[in-house]
Amino acid sequence: MVDSAIGWWGVPIAVFGGAIRVSTPFLFVSLGECITERSGRINLGLEGTLVMGAMSGYATAYLTGSPWLGVLVAGLIGALFGMLHAFICGLPRVNDIAVGIALMLFGVGLAFFLGKPFIQPQAPILPSIDFGWWSDSPSLRAALKVNSLFLVGVALAPALLWAFNHTRWGLVLRMVGDSAEAARALGYTVNAVRMRATMLGGFLGGVGGSFLSLYYPGSWNERLSSGQGITAVALVIFARWNPMLCLWASLLFGGAGALGPALQSVGVTAGYHLFNAAPYILTLLILVITSSPRRIISGAPGELAIIR
Amino acid sequence: MRDNGRIAEIARPPLRLSIDPRLLAAAESVAIPLAALAAALLVFGVFIALCRVNPLSAYGLMYKGAFGSWFSWQNSLIRAAPLVLTALCTALPAQLGLVVIGGEGALVVGGLAAVAAALPLQGVAPLGVQLAMAAAGMAAGGAWIALVGALRHYRGVNETISSLLLVYIAIALLNHLVEGPMRDPASLNKPSSPGIGDANMIGMIPGTEVHWGLVFGLVAAVLAYVFLYRTTFGLAARVVGGNVRTAKMVGLPVGRLILLVCALAGAMAGLAGMVEVAAVQGRANATLAVGYGYTGILVSFLARHNPLAIVPVAILLGGIGASGGLLQRRLDLPDATVLVLQGIIFIAVLASEALYGRLPLFRGRTA
Repeated sequence: MVDSAIGWWGVPIAVFGGAIRVSTPFLFVSLGECITERSGRINLGLEGTLVMGAMSGYATAYLTGSPWLGVLVAGLIGALFGMLHAFICGLPRVNDIAVGIALMLFGVGLAFFLGKPFIQPQAPILPSIDFGWWSDSPSLRAALKVNSLFLVGVALAPALLWAFNHTRWGLVLRMVGDSAEAARALGYTVNAVRMRATMLGGFLGGVGGSFLSLYYPGSWNERLSSGQGITAVALVIFARWNPMLCLWASLLFGGAGALGPALQSVGVTAGYHLFNAAPYILTLLILVITSSPRRIISGAPGELAIIR
Repeated sequence: MRDNGRIAEIARPPLRLSIDPRLLAAAESVAIPLAALAAALLVFGVFIALCRVNPLSAYGLMYKGAFGSWFSWQNSLIRAAPLVLTALCTALPAQLGLVVIGGEGALVVGGLAAVAAALPLQGVAPLGVQLAMAAAGMAAGGAWIALVGALRHYRGVNETISSLLLVYIAIALLNHLVEGPMRDPASLNKPSSPGIGDANMIGMIPGTEVHWGLVFGLVAAVLAYVFLYRTTFGLAARVVGGNVRTAKMVGLPVGRLILLVCALAGAMAGLAGMVEVAAVQGRANATLAVGYGYTGILVSFLARHNPLAIVPVAILLGGIGASGGLLQRRLDLPDATVLVLQGIIFIAVLASEALYGRLPLFRGRTA
């Protein structure tokens, strides 16, 4: 098993390639959640949105033959879930965290319900770009096969950072997130801004889900997402609501998630399940290290319930 | 808005008899969830009608599968037993203002610990083994959620996220143990731990097919109620939930309260895991994590985190779960139908929060 030319070097290479592959859903969900949280609301329902996105994207790609149409539909379904979240949270005295939990359970249940007929068939998957053509090593080539959706996400992170800081949209969004009172005083409708932010966040969450079913692992089944959505929500806190930090954090988490499969590929199977839990353990450790009981986390939107 | 109403009523001669406002509030907190439940069933009916299934026959089958016969009642009660316990795992921390949703994880580690306690005790009197299993399950579950409370209090880590992350970690631990160190070599298709032994199983309540786990749940719910509403400690916990700053100002030990209440909450879910192992499965395997922890969150919210209200709500949702098989067989609906209905109920219940204090029917003049 370690006889292949690369041997143990396969582990870091596979982790590197895996980091790119595994990080994509984390990246999209965390960027989406970043937008939503900047508006002062937290959407824990993105876990459900992710699974709904995976299912609807896969079903669309299978029925139409176009994986990109699947990505679009997944995003639209995600936006619809975001709209539902924002609408219910807009009612008086409704807790956004609780609504997120409800939508998480509802989204997962609905995806399993509607996705039953799509477990067997094989849908066309998203194309990837081969950056490893120059190498002879098959594992290096496999690692450098980068999906185009990942590149979209990488471009989106700095664009979002720029938009937060340099556009009217970004300014209004951050103002609503920091002080709803101030935004109201200036004549902005807080609920409408949050509605748009949650829908956009849901769109990106749905797109992240479609990556799971349309590229890696690349099929639809009921064990597809287990906690990537909630991990990504935690990741936003760690990334201090900064889209660029979301990108680096996603890569870190992707690498942690790729550790189990990478070790398995060189024949280390003991503790496979424990290595698969690595992203959750890492998330928890990072939350423990970066949180503080005394001071408010720097960069946090003032209206966010989760930091109070 | 309320004030306007009051002024208007003062201006107009009082026509209604004045009713005790506490009674009104109680009636409100029963009527609004019931209305939300009815609305959810209506939405669910429209949903399955879109799937070309007759909603009325689905409602009929659900009633039949849940409460239509003594057989289905027993099935519902068996499912209600772990739900009462996992719901308490959300309801107790909710008194402190914490949203803990990690009951599934505490259930899993509780079940694992129960098996781990039973295996070396083969040959000991069954009652001793059962007590050891219950103690181990409660200790493991309690530690699991106490960790959530400790992270919240000492490090400011959000308890909702950490408790959910711990669910995934607990399930990974379960899979690791039953496929590795704790695996029974004879379990080929479905990796499992060795059995705890038939003699050590918790029996049935005499005259029924319902195991004693239901009684555990009932006792736990009553104890939780007494603890919260009839002891100083419970009052202190509810003060923390009302306002942490006030609690600190009057000198309450906020940290100790959080740790203790979270440990109790986790112990409840851990006991649910022990019950699933010792009364249903007989061993630990992936079937431990079938979602009782998640449904428990819904039970707690639907019961407005009131330990006594949890019991009927758990029986209701146990019934919905029990009817899932019948819906699957007779109407050819997927097994996730129950999950969809639960999700709709959850959303409806949360949306109904907006109605409190706004319905004129429940607005006594002194309210």
